Amino acid sequence: MPIQILMPALSPTMTEGTLAKWLKAEGSAVEPGDVLAEIETDKATMEVEAIEEGTMGRHLVAEGTENVAVNTPIALLLTDSEDVSALDQSPSPVPDVALASATPTQAPAEPRGALPTPALDTDEERFFAATQIQTVREALRDAMAEEMRKDELVYVMGEEVGEYQGAYKITQGLLQEFGDKRVIDTPITEHGFVGLAVGAAFGSLKPIIEFMTFNFSMQAIDQIINSAAKTLYMSGGQMGCPIVFRGPNGAASRVAAQHSQDYTSWYAHCPGLKVVAPWSAADAKGLLKSAIRDPNPVIFLENEVLYGQSFEVPTDSDFTVPIGRAKVVRPGADVTVTAFSIMVGKALEAAEMLAGEGIDAEVIDLRSIRPLDVDAIVRSVEKTNRIVSVEEGWPTCGVGSEIAALMMERAFDHLDAPVARIAGEDVPMPYAANLEQLALPQPESIVAAAKSVCYRE
Amino acid sequence: MAKPATRAASRRPIARKGAKAKRGMNRPSPTREELINFYRDMLLIRRFEEKAGQMYGMGLIGGFCHLYIGQEAVVVGMQAAINEASTVVTSYRDHGHMLACGMESRGVMAELTGRVGGYSKGKGGSMHMFSREKNFFGGHGIVAAQVPIGTGLAFGHKYKGEDAVCLTYLGDGAANQGQVYESFNMASLWKLPCIYVIENNKYAMGTAVSRGTAGTSLAERGAAYGIVGEEIDGMDVVAVKAAGEKAVAYASSGKGPYILEMKTYRYRGHSMSDPAKYRTKDEVNRMRQEHDPIDNVKARLAEAGVSDDELKAIDRDIRATVTEAADFAQSSPEPDPSELYTDILIEA
Repeated sequence: MPIQILMPALSPTMTEGTLAKWLKAEGSAVEPGDVLAEIETDKATMEVEAIEEGTMGRHLVAEGTENVAVNTPIALLLTDSEDVSALDQSPSPVPDVALASATPTQAPAEPRGALPTPALDTDEERFFAATQIQTVREALRDAMAEEMRKDELVYVMGEEVGEYQGAYKITQGLLQEFGDKRVIDTPITEHGFVGLAVGAAFGSLKPIIEFMTFNFSMQAIDQIINSAAKTLYMSGGQMGCPIVFRGPNGAASRVAAQHSQDYTSWYAHCPGLKVVAPWSAADAKGLLKSAIRDPNPVIFLENEVLYGQSFEVPTDSDFTVPIGRAKVVRPGADVTVTAFSIMVGKALEAAEMLAGEGIDAEVIDLRSIRPLDVDAIVRSVEKTNRIVSVEEGWPTCGVGSEIAALMMERAFDHLDAPVARIAGEDVPMPYAANLEQLALPQPESIVAAAKSVCYRE
Repeated sequence: MAKPATRAASRRPIARKGAKAKRGMNRPSPTREELINFYRDMLLIRRFEEKAGQMYGMGLIGGFCHLYIGQEAVVVGMQAAINEASTVVTSYRDHGHMLACGMESRGVMAELTGRVGGYSKGKGGSMHMFSREKNFFGGHGIVAAQVPIGTGLAFGHKYKGEDAVCLTYLGDGAANQGQVYESFNMASLWKLPCIYVIENNKYAMGTAVSRGTAGTSLAERGAAYGIVGEEIDGMDVVAVKAAGEKAVAYASSGKGPYILEMKTYRYRGHSMSDPAKYRTKDEVNRMRQEHDPIDNVKARLAEAGVSDDELKAIDRDIRATVTEAADFAQSSPEPDPSELYTDILIEA
């Protein structure tokens, strides 16, 4: 029985890729270690190596095919004893690709492809008259490039942002357009380069600092809080610090406790900072442009899993999203669900499931966590009288804790049920796929919480 | 076969003792006017700090208060070596630096008393004061945090093509923080016009350099990054200025950062609540009597023929300035309660 060769995953978050090139023609002999094919994603190119010996029987996916899902059979390998006639037998299910070991166990949380334009309740709406489909990755890059074209004082600095084109390819092409004076590869030295950038911002430059992940921002936390956030106050208003700290935050997939933390509530705790965490590509672009123009330090929390997801994005380069304004991404009457970043997608999935059970959920994408658009939440709760807060981070002193307290203060008389919180489990992120799944909020748990505040079982 | 470099041989190009370097050269000879300015600037710091110490004792100044008495020659000499576009940043022992940068005594003193007339409107205190106008960028309370910040100011000078350097001051204690070396690495890599002035007053709080620092030449701390370092007599303002000019010329020419280790001494405690158990009174007295930076300039002034009367007139002026500052610091009102919620963010 021929061996199936499956489309491998190059990274923990890869869900699909392009089969760029076959390097073993049909009929050619294959030794273990031979390169069979090249595959590409928007992040990287990689070779697929054989681990079994045999003969390349049949290419199931042609060269140049895009959007090949991980684990799709791409070829059949004949073992020594087999001839071509074996290709038409049912193949062995054993994958022949060593690289495929890190196959994601989770289906992508959000629907692929473009999402419908959500209902808008702000003046952002007019920009959606002309849109294009972009990934979050492209939108972030465009935001930086547009602002760098406008303002010579804006520059990008971080590990691998230049020649490598960004560890997650967010800065792709920026070095080529703006040169190494403005796209600066740093040594691996977070405490040092963050302090340096804060000093540059005090000296009126406008740095965009990329953290390879916000987990590494802990190396630099003193400079972010004590220097960037507090100095304006301590100087009686003299020392503005126009700086953006951006990068992926929260869990990606299977990278365990030291690379999976959600820092939203940590940063949101601190006066002197603004904190945003967009979900859609349009918001990623509009908020990043606002963050770069903002005269204050802004923590811009991205999500690795969202980078490759596509949305409609306004084409007008004047499009921005104001910091501090939430957005109703799904109107509803029965229960309010607040979420931000990747959890917006999970909340929308949950809302669809609830709709099937006759519960009409309103989903609010908070977008900004500090300042938080409390008015928007209160307006919704006045209508629905019920609220579920969803976040990926830990529950203790989390964003949901804050929302619960705010609802006590601002919407107590409108609540028909106690505020429900959905959060990541109160544990360091486990590596094992099943445990990781258990540690992260899932649509099912949001559904259960929504039903509970609606007193439905 | 490559010869293993001896310690002495490898050290020579990196650290040159100030005294040794001077041997072959003419001793720098400051003008009369320059000496008078040194005297005035150092005496202002001395009298200001003495007054601050008194006012602390009277409960008019709160929190932490780190006096600069004894170290005056370092900032006064360095300030004389830079141009107007250059920037200065330091730690929390910062009163002297601010006065040397030309910030007003009354504004500094009123900040110490937490009044609205202070440089930070009373919201920063002794350790956190700034003046963009005078290119003084703080006043930072976390040991060594100012080192990457100063490196970033130098980065900005280079980015904007300015003819300026950043003087980044740090103490011997700060020289053991990791971010100093992260900064050295980037400053040297990118040839930033940053001069690291290490004020080695021999004690990191109460820990003598020899008890806290392996390898006690701080001038050599940049050697691994190819940064030139020199050890200077920080009690001699003339030597400080000469070293400063050399470092400024080097850094401004695009060659990158420079380290000056200033051998200096603080007469007072680390802060006002210092137990004074870690060094002897004799040691302090010997430094005051034999190495005082102000006495040093006074002697030069006498050699230059400046009369006692002229110096006394300067003393009187300075006492008047400091008295006026102290009065202002007590009469300026406390910040309005509404100031509690201002200056947290700039309105976008």
